[in-house]
Amino acid sequence: MTDLNPTLKANSALEPTIYEISQPGRIGVNLPKCDVPETPLPTELLRDDLDLPEASELDVVRHFVKLSHLNHSIDKGFYPLGSCTMKYNPKINEDVARYSGFNLLHPLADEDSAQGALHVMYTLQGWLAEVSGFDAVSLSPAAGAQGEFAGILMIRKYHLDRGDAERTKILVPNSAHGTNPATVTMAGLTVIELPSDHNGDVDLKALKAVCEGPERDNIAGMMITVPSTLGLFERQILDVIAAVHDAGGLMYMDGANMNALMGIVKPGELGFDVMHYNLHKTFSTPHGGGGPGSGAVGVNEKLKPFLPGPVVDIVEPADDENEEPLYGFVMPEKSIGRLKAFHGNFGMHTRAYAYIRAYGGEGLREVSRHAVLNANYVRAKLMDTYVIPYPRYCGHEFVLEGHFEGVEDVHALDISKRLMDYGIHPPTNYFPLIVPEALLIEPTETESKQTLDEFIEVMKKIAVEAREDSSLLTTAPHNAPVSRLDEVRAAKQLVLCCAPVFKDS
Amino acid sequence: MSYIPHTELERQQMLSAIGVTTIEDLFDAVPASHRFPKLNLPAAFSEMEIAAEMQALADSNEHAGDFALFRGAGAYHHYIPSVVNHMLLRGEFYTAYTPYQPEVSQGTLQAIFEYQSMMCTLMGMDAANASHYDGATSLAEAVTVAMEVTRYKRKKVILSHAINPQYRAVVRTYHQGRDWKFVGDGGRATQADLIDMLDDNTAMLAVSYPNFFGQIEDFKALAEKVHNVGALLVMMVNPMAMAMYKSPGELGADIVVGEGQPVGVPLGFGGPYVGFFATRSDYVRKIAGRIVGETVDQDGRRAYVMTLRPREQDIRREKASSNICTNQGLMALSACVYLSLMGKRGLRTVAELNYHKAHYAADQIDALPGFSVNREMPFFNEFVVKCPRPVAEINEALIDAGIVGGYDLGQDYAHLKDHALLCVTEMNTKAEIDVLVEELRKLA
Repeated sequence: MTDLNPTLKANSALEPTIYEISQPGRIGVNLPKCDVPETPLPTELLRDDLDLPEASELDVVRHFVKLSHLNHSIDKGFYPLGSCTMKYNPKINEDVARYSGFNLLHPLADEDSAQGALHVMYTLQGWLAEVSGFDAVSLSPAAGAQGEFAGILMIRKYHLDRGDAERTKILVPNSAHGTNPATVTMAGLTVIELPSDHNGDVDLKALKAVCEGPERDNIAGMMITVPSTLGLFERQILDVIAAVHDAGGLMYMDGANMNALMGIVKPGELGFDVMHYNLHKTFSTPHGGGGPGSGAVGVNEKLKPFLPGPVVDIVEPADDENEEPLYGFVMPEKSIGRLKAFHGNFGMHTRAYAYIRAYGGEGLREVSRHAVLNANYVRAKLMDTYVIPYPRYCGHEFVLEGHFEGVEDVHALDISKRLMDYGIHPPTNYFPLIVPEALLIEPTETESKQTLDEFIEVMKKIAVEAREDSSLLTTAPHNAPVSRLDEVRAAKQLVLCCAPVFKDS
Repeated sequence: MSYIPHTELERQQMLSAIGVTTIEDLFDAVPASHRFPKLNLPAAFSEMEIAAEMQALADSNEHAGDFALFRGAGAYHHYIPSVVNHMLLRGEFYTAYTPYQPEVSQGTLQAIFEYQSMMCTLMGMDAANASHYDGATSLAEAVTVAMEVTRYKRKKVILSHAINPQYRAVVRTYHQGRDWKFVGDGGRATQADLIDMLDDNTAMLAVSYPNFFGQIEDFKALAEKVHNVGALLVMMVNPMAMAMYKSPGELGADIVVGEGQPVGVPLGFGGPYVGFFATRSDYVRKIAGRIVGETVDQDGRRAYVMTLRPREQDIRREKASSNICTNQGLMALSACVYLSLMGKRGLRTVAELNYHKAHYAADQIDALPGFSVNREMPFFNEFVVKCPRPVAEINEALIDAGIVGGYDLGQDYAHLKDHALLCVTEMNTKAEIDVLVEELRKLA
């Protein structure tokens, strides 16, 4: 059994922990006195210890400001992380999300007291549905993975509701994001993995073999990302959808790559039954260092009764006396149930609302047009320097192989680490799994030609460095706050929290 | 208005480099029959117009800035020091991504490491993860862990009815695809009743501390009974209360989950919030979600990195125990900054303010004819009041007096019709409490 919290014997640190900065007796807040008569405390129920930091307000400010300086961020520089859509996070969105009327509103406020907030949610539901061609949307899932989970649970319940308990399998391409198969397992279903063909599309022959074969009646549905995780528009998407529908299954679209599709094609019109949105990708809500996200789901009429709840609906229409309808929370009649407490990450709803307001329909199409323009530009300019599989136009992202012929010791990871030295965040590494040494590059539409040209120059320079002195890459980064980390050691000698170090004397 | 920087010249240069004439040429793979649909959305607004519209929408809500709030029930109005928001507005934190490239993410990683440490301290546990979506989902994830720990040989989970009803609903939604049984919360089972349900088919028993009714139950005998059958004791807690009361670790809990919103996250109409998940060291390798660990770099410098990654979805795929990808990074940072500012003494002081004000209010209300406060068990900052009329009626009258009243428990518990769950925090002044009491007196 590995020992938790042994002394790690580092010889220095970038910034002490807040515990190390603490001094007994310090406090970082000014609290009011008690203005009511005190009630005796139940001493036998109370704890004796509470090892939290003791720091002054300035200590805390300096500490977190210094920590912030150790991060790369979109506000600081280029962040071409494929499949994450690291677009600019508009500042007005931060302001509106913080208006008191939203920030200080209790989630269990009586509905009459929350009409402004409910209006935001109801309207956003409608806009998201319009963008993707669906009939109804639920804003309750907290993140993309939760949205996926909702989608698969809805498909499962749809079949059970029809009296069909045989449909327990979900088709998933081998290029899928890891959350896809993990979601299927969580829902109590099993995965049938499908290969991709040499064009980067789903292998249609293999798909048809499954859809027309002995497992035909076990197919609950299929999960697919469009454009694919390779950044490529599935050319035979209509055939894929038809094959699965003919077998009696439903089609789920992983909407992580919506940034390539707005005003370009509507998944609902293609025939998808359900899709999740990542408000923190396509709709600019900030990534926050790993969350919060927001994973709304959209469905057609067939799946509408099964949406996770609650959703916002009009409970009393507008009339002669009332200009505005009355909004309220409603649990869909055959809902898969509640996926989180309350009704979703409302702070993300306000931001996404403001974002869509800033663009309108024509504007959102420009977002996707320019996202795809930027990716294809970078791709075209790097074609002579890197191996880029799939000779065709890409969507909003593309994958290249991060290695060089004749340079055995350089891998995608090394290129990534060297990019850091140039102030650029690495692209997504080793995903999708089907491309060797994959580097998945997604510029997004908010990057200028200058930024892209700088990136292209750097990527070309790194290719030259790899041949002239590969150690520059294999020992990178050299200019980051820390050098390469011993990740193996982190997993073997688990140190997962500060052992509070208090100077008692 | 747009955030797209391209000029017409630049577009032309880029198209030329790609070898096409128009951007539309890049979409040849999209089925022609469905290409370029119209998006029926209102025309774009300028930034000024967005601000005006949303200000009006915000102002129309009846919120804790304008009203005295006495409602908790899973979301609590506490004072968040200014520093917290200033740190959260730093673009280096909120516009950063998940720290998959640790060398350029040490700020995020160290903040989460410190957050994990504070959760361990508050809960009396050995390890905590980097957070879940909310308290409800962290409870749902605890079930998965308990099943893994008991090697999927047990099928039963006992839930106290005194756990937040929404949380229990989420647990059932999460696991509707599995063949596990959730029992114990259909009626008014006491702790003794729940103990009677324990058997060798039980993977886990979960209780709430304080419970949904604000009460502090007596957990002294519970852990031993649960462990005797080889099951795990899961406690769902309010971190603010943990500043005062004995830690779940001290009481024998194996897994501690709950909602971190009370320590540094605003009400925000329900989200984003932050679920925490802490365990004894025995179960660390079974935790779902991200965990940050300490290591060194090639020059011996201390550094932080996401660790135990093989548990996660991107590596285990269909063998992963959970599909979790996002945590609630920015909210964990909020909690970390809040707890750093409050510290050992500050958090205890705030908790005591809650305690004293809630007990003062309870005493005054209990003395009102027609109203009676449930005193069966000790309570922290929430208590149950039996009312002389329907809670909805009372709340309607209170709103006119500038007060948001308690939560109507009859909505969730048939036996608690006409009972309100009242919450008092350090945000409620004595004057506000006295006005509440006077308004209630009129409604007797």
